[in-house]
Amino acid sequence: MATTACFIIVSRNDIPIYEAEVGSAAKREDAAQLHQFILHAALDIVQDIAWTTSAMFLKAIDRFNDLVVSVYVTAVFCRYISYNLIFSLTTSLHTRLMLLHDSRNDDGIKSFFQEVHELYIKVLLNPLYLPGSRIASSHFDTKVRALARKYL
Amino acid sequence: MAPVAPRSGDAIFANVERVNAELFTLTYGAIVRQLLTDLEEVEEVNKQLDQMGYNIGIRLIDEFLAKSNVARCVDFKDTAEVIAKVGFKMFLGVTASVSNWDADGTCCSIVLEDNPLVDFVELPDTCQGLYYCNVLSGVIRGALEMVSMKTEVTWVRDMLRGDDAFELQVKLLKQVPEEYPYKDDE
Repeated sequence: MATTACFIIVSRNDIPIYEAEVGSAAKREDAAQLHQFILHAALDIVQDIAWTTSAMFLKAIDRFNDLVVSVYVTAVFCRYISYNLIFSLTTSLHTRLMLLHDSRNDDGIKSFFQEVHELYIKVLLNPLYLPGSRIASSHFDTKVRALARKYL
Repeated sequence: MAPVAPRSGDAIFANVERVNAELFTLTYGAIVRQLLTDLEEVEEVNKQLDQMGYNIGIRLIDEFLAKSNVARCVDFKDTAEVIAKVGFKMFLGVTASVSNWDADGTCCSIVLEDNPLVDFVELPDTCQGLYYCNVLSGVIRGALEMVSMKTEVTWVRDMLRGDDAFELQVKLLKQVPEEYPYKDDE
């Protein structure tokens, strides 16, 4: 298991809707803020790259010392009204799963993203969940942490 | 006494028109979601779902009787079995079981192990008092009322609240005698 790993999901409005520190390293007090800072700083890079490739898994797009940022961009989350589409095209249409990690296990990270993506779809299908709102489900949290232990 | 035929809804279920399960689940979810937005109070949503179920039930019973060919039920026990085995199978595609009879045979539990309405659903903290499937209790109440049985249907167990199954308690309040609708002098 990776010593440092921070996982967040960013909604299409650039709002973080889920965050988890899943590394095994002893927690430093400022670590959470630092990780958040690095991940948020990488958002612009994600946006640039996402338009140039059709791949969903973007590995190691940014680094900070020994920490690496990998991203999994979900497919276009369409809005149905056309004038909305024009506006939202200027920002971003994707939900992004972002992982900050120090391991080099690309296959594991990819599998992790794919399985979390499936969990995220299940959350989206819950009629009582409002898309774009915070994911408060403890079930989801437990599953994500289990996946992190398995793959990272 | 000879058992009343048929005892399972499989044959009828195979012949009725069906819709995609996810379409069905998500449509119901959208209704509940909208009710929560419109009514704001969880209690009100429960009431409204029950009322909607009642309105479905009083119509659904006709379709049920027309398609299922069940013979007249001899007692309430018989009725509960038919609801669980034929009714649920015919309209939801699942089979329920009947248990927990009380001594005088007027109160029992219908237990659903599997419920297509709640696929994907997880109750968030803001809707803790919600009986998500309250429409089902309304359907049973409405349907039984049309065959002259006043009942009270309540949820005892709910998987969304962490129980291991769905359990509906059906209590027979009174049997309304059938009335001849015309008076002699009219």
